Amino acid sequence: MELINTFFNWDVMVRAFPILLRGLGNTVMLGIVTIIIGTIAGLLLCLVRLYAVRPIQLLAILYIDVFRALPILVLLILVYYALPFVGIRLDSFTSATMALSMVLAAFTAEVCRAGIQNVPKGQFEAAASLGMPFWKSMRKIILPQAIRVIIPPLTSNSISVFKDTALASVVAMPDLLKQANDAQAMMANPTPLIGAALIYLAILWPLVRLVGYLEARNQRAVAR
Amino acid sequence: MTSSPAPLAAQMSDVNKWYNDYHALRSINLEVARGERIVVCGPSGSGKSTMIRCINQLEKHDSGTIAVNGVTLTGDLKQLNTVRQDVGMVFQHFNLFPHLTVLENCVIAPMTVRNIARKEAEEMAMSYLSRIHIAEQAHKFPSQLSGGQQQRVAIARSLCMQPNLMLFDEPTSALDPEMVHEVLETMVSLARDGMTMLVVTHEMGFARKVADRVIFMDHGEICETAPPEDFFKSPQNERARVFLSQLIH
Ligand SMILES: Nc1ncnc2c1ncn2[C@@H]1O[C@H](COP(=O)(O)OP(=O)(O)OP(=O)(O)O)[C@@H](O)[C@H]1O
Ligand SMILES: [Mg+2]
Repeated sequence: MELINTFFNWDVMVRAFPILLRGLGNTVMLGIVTIIIGTIAGLLLCLVRLYAVRPIQLLAILYIDVFRALPILVLLILVYYALPFVGIRLDSFTSATMALSMVLAAFTAEVCRAGIQNVPKGQFEAAASLGMPFWKSMRKIILPQAIRVIIPPLTSNSISVFKDTALASVVAMPDLLKQANDAQAMMANPTPLIGAALIYLAILWPLVRLVGYLEARNQRAVAR
Repeated sequence: MTSSPAPLAAQMSDVNKWYNDYHALRSINLEVARGERIVVCGPSGSGKSTMIRCINQLEKHDSGTIAVNGVTLTGDLKQLNTVRQDVGMVFQHFNLFPHLTVLENCVIAPMTVRNIARKEAEEMAMSYLSRIHIAEQAHKFPSQLSGGQQQRVAIARSLCMQPNLMLFDEPTSALDPEMVHEVLETMVSLARDGMTMLVVTHEMGFARKVADRVIFMDHGEICETAPPEDFFKSPQNERARVFLSQLIH
């Protein structure tokens, strides 16, 4: 009973809930904006990586390597605390969006590359032989076929990045984790943290299941 | 479009092609006259595919000049896409678009490349599809058709761009024997309609029936060019003789 009162105190939970909700709003906002920007940028990056002239390809490879290797937290702190030294001062939401989507773009680029390279060469040739220009054949022929392979790992990466939104609390963004932590300090009770953990779970668990489902569906499609 | 076609559908002069240090095409000279039907044969690896794929630049040549419908290919992408619109190609493995229905396969290029309205494009596609007896299957996906049907759809897809030159790269060699006939029949009827055709095939019956000329290739060279009667009766080239004797049985 004592344990429940400490870790799951109903009164504290009720008081903390509006605070958590405000944090949740920021977290969801950050997650969604990051996923949209990161995915689009990743796809473009992948096309540059595959089809640009050689020197620019190399730049894309360098970008992808660096941002897959760099810890997000390090990048985030660089953006938020180091950029001001060169006169670029970004608020915590912008810094977090930037750091997270730069990393997501790098991972997305690799996922998209695998998907595009999975499309048989004959498909590119058939589209080319009909006189379809590059962008049209990408849009109408290649990407629709690649997307099947791309979606599961893309979703998986999006889940990862959504989890990493919690890092934004380090740069003082009032996201779900930071709000919970503040509430915990204020109310001198860890219940808000438990609440935050449960909210993260509630959002992400279904998505994790979704990835499993998509992967299984692809397996079946391949087996056919 | 075929409004004012040049007298030569395709012309290759002194074309060479290397794959790294492998000399795949050796000084190829070839003229394909408007309305002409040419069959290309030769042993595996002799460069037949490479030669016809150079005409629509699925392979880039390294030296010499290639002109298609009077346009000398420069390597410019815009020019190339324009040239390709008038040159149909049929592949050994069909290469239909698996995520699109038969009908969509046929209308996608006319609609996106030639900017033809959907209704008009579909009418044209249906007329080609009914000519090859596939109209009832127009809303199926390629995977639901037999190999022979898929290849006929691939031919129809090319024709929907109203090309004035058709390239075929072993269109029947991936097919089960009982389906070869229906595809050849489609090709014969295309030839009867006066289509200019360059066909890589080992179907000698087809060559006899429709070819104006047979070209024999070996080691990246054109070794012999002759009308089919002469070529099959008395090939001048020694390697062609060996090749034919192996083909008979
Ligand atoms: N992409 C490539 N890279 C390297 N070598 C190639 C490539 N494509 C073809 N070759 C080589 O070039 C030569 C000619 O190939 P090509 O496909 O034109 O022959 P082919 O006459 O069409 O043979 P087949 O009857 O087997 O289709 C072969 O020796 C082949 O190994
Ligand atoms: Mg070949």
